[in-house]
Amino acid sequence: MSSAEQTTSPGLPARILAFVVGDSQADRAVPPTGFTARLTVFTSAAMAFLAVFALALSMATGRLASRWSAELARSSTLRISAPDDQIAGQTAAALEVLRTTPGIATARPLDGGEARALLEPWFGPDLPVESLPIPQLVEIVETGDGYDTTGLRARLQAEVPGAVLDDHTRWRQPLVEAAGRLRMLGIAAILLIAASTAAMITLAAQAALTANDQVIRVLRLVGAQDAYIARAFVRRFTLRALTGAAAGTLAGMAAIWLLPRADAAGGFLTGLGFQGIGWLLPVVIPPLAAITAFLATRWAAIRTLRAKS
Amino acid sequence: MIELQHVAYSYGGGELFSDLSLSLAPGSFHFLTGPSGSGKTTLLKLCYAELKATSGDVQIFGEDVRSMERDRVALARRRIGVVHQDCQFLDHLPLSENVALPLTVAGRGGELGQDLTDLLAWVGLTRQAGQLPPELSGGERQRAALARAVIMSPEVIIADEPTGNIDWEMSQRLLALLVELNRMGKAVLIATHDLQLIRAAKAQVQARVLRLKDRRLQAAGADL
Repeated sequence: MSSAEQTTSPGLPARILAFVVGDSQADRAVPPTGFTARLTVFTSAAMAFLAVFALALSMATGRLASRWSAELARSSTLRISAPDDQIAGQTAAALEVLRTTPGIATARPLDGGEARALLEPWFGPDLPVESLPIPQLVEIVETGDGYDTTGLRARLQAEVPGAVLDDHTRWRQPLVEAAGRLRMLGIAAILLIAASTAAMITLAAQAALTANDQVIRVLRLVGAQDAYIARAFVRRFTLRALTGAAAGTLAGMAAIWLLPRADAAGGFLTGLGFQGIGWLLPVVIPPLAAITAFLATRWAAIRTLRAKS
Repeated sequence: MIELQHVAYSYGGGELFSDLSLSLAPGSFHFLTGPSGSGKTTLLKLCYAELKATSGDVQIFGEDVRSMERDRVALARRRIGVVHQDCQFLDHLPLSENVALPLTVAGRGGELGQDLTDLLAWVGLTRQAGQLPPELSGGERQRAALARAVIMSPEVIIADEPTGNIDWEMSQRLLALLVELNRMGKAVLIATHDLQLIRAAKAQVQARVLRLKDRRLQAAGADL
């Protein structure tokens, strides 16, 4: 070969730039095929739409786990069960113990209205709290350093025999675990979506390569190297995936944005969505879809071209 | 530049030809004749590595075809201009882009310009530049195939029945171009049934006429 015809390898940035900018003449060498084009765009859009929801779910459960963990970790409840004539005295004694315990920011006995509000979801709104033997509850809020649970329990046992301290550990752990698993499910869903996208685009690329058998033959006859032929297909499928994913991501973000607000819906759904800078996270979906399409099409093209040699 | 040594090629269980040797040196001019089905097109395809010989050695620009990677074959083909019998165009591209395709795939699309215009004018296809191949007549397609074969200024030109669909005047113009390219040192190999073309060429250049018959390649008779 003459030295003039030896190909030189440009650097990665130059190659990426050349790929994005493209070569209009090279792009035209492969005819556009309607079916695979529509399939790629639709698949990418649908998968990106689902990925936005999976991402929102993953982020929401992450936030939920953090919130539950933080809220429950910062607060405790003291339950005082005593005969009616002793309840006030024991409550006062308990508050005194709590007031003098390092690591406790506030300790506040719940009044009848608050107790009724706690029981309302289970017994309805007109519960006669006063006539029920409900223990006196004291809400404890810790300082950042927290308090010595074992020491406090010992002091309460000595000074307030009817008091039971609940530091929420047995509630917190299962909730945090459940939220963590939901988050893992969200991540697994994203990975499955990426794999499905790659599979669909690979199939579409293979169909396009097979349909263009004669085009590939002619390109080879006039001296086209495999990289040139593959690039014509890869660039096309990558841009289609990017376009479809961008549309799907926008639609998904709009759907998330239109979900009922936290105060209107309540419960778990209040957290499903993005908050603040989190709204930027779905923006990575189209580039990731494009990278997935790039790798899938390149693999399909190289494999097909090798088989055609 | 292209060397075939004791080459055999089998197809469908039968041997098409065997012990065939051919050397295309710079400045050589060969005609290949023979009855239909004798293997002329197959022999040409061996010369640009579209097919691989069943046995024997084929060397293209000093490289053994059997050990050439696909990309090396592609680079070699850029140095060989081929006029295919069935033209081999991309039907979705206009004529001008088909003619320029070898430059495009070689990353030299930026060199398109006046040369392409001149080339299309030379083969009489200026008006048809924007037409798609299916819209062209057989002769127009063949002329376009010739233009595409020479656009890279190749070192070897191989043509399979290049005058099959064109009139006498155009075939003389085609021959004049090939003779001119040959005088510039290019090797030319033409498979043809056109005896008039062969005689006209022999009047202008020292052309060797080979006949592929009975599975062997031999020098043609003195009448050619």
